[in-house]
Amino acid sequence: MNWDPLYLTFKLALVTTVLLLVISMPLAYWLAYSRSRVKPLIETLVSMPLVLPPTVLGFYFLLAFSPGNAFGQWMNDWLGIKLVFSFPGLVLASVIYSLPFMVHPIQSGLSSLPDSLREAASVLGKSRTQTLVHVLLPNIKASLLTGVVLAFAHTVGEFGVVLMIGGSIPGTTRVASIAIYDEVEALNYEAANFYAAVLFVITFCILLAVYLINGGYLKRFWK
Amino acid sequence: MISCRISKLLRDAGGPMPLELDLKIGKGERLALYGRSGAGKTSTLRMLAGLMKPDAGQIAVNGQCWFDAAEGVHLNPGKRNIGFVFQDYALFPNMSVLENLQFARGKRRNPGRIAELVEIMELGELQDSRPGRLSGGQQQRVALARALVSEPALLLLDEPMAALDPEIRHRVQDYLLNAHRQLGFTLVVISHDAGDIFNLADRVCVMERGIVTREGTPDEVFLSRASSGKFQFIGEVLRLEKEDLVWVVTVQIQSQLVKVVVLEEEAAGLAVGDRVRVASKAFNPILSRLNPGSI
Repeated sequence: MNWDPLYLTFKLALVTTVLLLVISMPLAYWLAYSRSRVKPLIETLVSMPLVLPPTVLGFYFLLAFSPGNAFGQWMNDWLGIKLVFSFPGLVLASVIYSLPFMVHPIQSGLSSLPDSLREAASVLGKSRTQTLVHVLLPNIKASLLTGVVLAFAHTVGEFGVVLMIGGSIPGTTRVASIAIYDEVEALNYEAANFYAAVLFVITFCILLAVYLINGGYLKRFWK
Repeated sequence: MISCRISKLLRDAGGPMPLELDLKIGKGERLALYGRSGAGKTSTLRMLAGLMKPDAGQIAVNGQCWFDAAEGVHLNPGKRNIGFVFQDYALFPNMSVLENLQFARGKRRNPGRIAELVEIMELGELQDSRPGRLSGGQQQRVALARALVSEPALLLLDEPMAALDPEIRHRVQDYLLNAHRQLGFTLVVISHDAGDIFNLADRVCVMERGIVTREGTPDEVFLSRASSGKFQFIGEVLRLEKEDLVWVVTVQIQSQLVKVVVLEEEAAGLAVGDRVRVASKAFNPILSRLNPGSI
């Protein structure tokens, strides 16, 4: 059996999730507390991947990333990164595609904390970063975990966007979901079933772990 | 010495309400802001703390400018060297009691300070507990201790006793007064409970609709009208009922319900929700001690 598509899927999901975590914390902080007039606009943009068909996103990524366009050319010339039909391109597209799944849980976690926590930290002379790191984030661990898992799972399940900008290059952009599709097209049901079953079991285990941790079942069990 | 002359247009459910204040608070003084909810007490406290920005005016503390609308000065809360106790205590749930106190320690580290406060507030046995496991009175003591860690010159308390049982209330008041005696800060406390103010403050400002309407010692403010020897309580009309020739008015005085008989022409001037004074004279009140638990 060829494990490459599965390895690629989880590598993509892992890299995407780590990047998303770094980007989403300040973004969610801003969305939760800012009173800026452009906030509705940014919120809309962040949420767009929830409603847009993945092929629409993929199509525009393809146009934007292509070396014939200003952005794609700039990335190619200055950073030496080719975004179309490459792993970095998949990562960038996945980050944008899964952004709401990471930002929304963190944002609602922050909004649900009482304002007095931030105010108390500010009276004690703490900076915003200190407050975020020492007070706010430790109190929304469940939201962080939910965001991480949703973003990871959503990236694992990606199909349309990857197909549009990654194609199906074995070992580079051929992730498991695409491999399943290809194998079914080739009437190779056994291989398709292998990939599908592995994805099924792993995602089931991840979600189960989240519910156990967030529901406090593990703590009760250990007592 | 704090001099505070500020104004701000507040918005609440009843529409815009201008807040106009001119306060002078002496060093080490214990000042209470008294009034019904919506009178602007909490806004006043938040503006002193720097959590809310006044529209105009100045706040100066010992010659240092904290706020000046004309000069565009608005010092951050963290730079004012104040302690603030929030109505919900705002203890950090992810930290133990001791960690809460340690987090409050700024750059100026006085190693004995936390131990001293743990002593004063009797937190020794609670040090390693998370705030979520403490009772209201214990949380209040932790919040007081945390607010005092950075050795503030000014301590601001927002309804510190509101959520506490009467018995715990007195104990927390004792802790607070004890800390005030030992540490000598200036205290500004919000309360709508005259009893709290009698115990805690040496001066009280009564606020109504954004302005100070009366000011003086708690005795002057709360007992002035009682000096004729009458019994009187302030309450709210809950119900008006006609019974034969007279009317029976049900009045809520704090948590007690009292029925008062009035004549028809007196009842005509009353409506449900009115604030009324219930007074009586020519009675000799009988005072008897209650055994604990007999209430």
